[in-house]
Amino acid sequence: MDKSFFANKKICALGDRDGIPGPAIAECMKTVGGEVLFTSTECFV
Amino acid sequence: MDMANQARIKETAEKYGAENVVVILGGGEAESAGLTAETVISGDPTYAGPLTNVALGLDVYHIFELKDLIDEAVYEEQISMMEMVLDMDGIISEMEEIRKSCGK
Repeated sequence: MDKSFFANKKICALGDRDGIPGPAIAECMKTVGGEVLFTSTECFV
Repeated sequence: MDMANQARIKETAEKYGAENVVVILGGGEAESAGLTAETVISGDPTYAGPLTNVALGLDVYHIFELKDLIDEAVYEEQISMMEMVLDMDGIISEMEEIRKSCGK
């Protein structure tokens, strides 16, 4: 898989309070490609 | 995966087409990441949310799996600390297993 896969994709970032938070995923995806539509940080506890 | 997020994912897939939507996870445990992945591919396995019996078949990856594609400095700033405390290999292996078992 390379960056071109994400070029025109709509990204949903589902973070985890005990893992990687949604905004951190979004920051990373800005450098990969696609459009981040929403971010969320779930709590599984 | 909470009910609100299931609803948002469902709406997003209906609006843009499932083939155009990618879900990126940040789950801290292999099991929770796997359950979320299963939910957006095959439907809610707990039969509780809006994705019950709805197989969207979305592409889904954990952010750890995209390390090589992410700008190194940004990855270092945003992710690297959690990489040290989480079971990265276990999470990646679970994601691969779930995609395989769900036919993705």
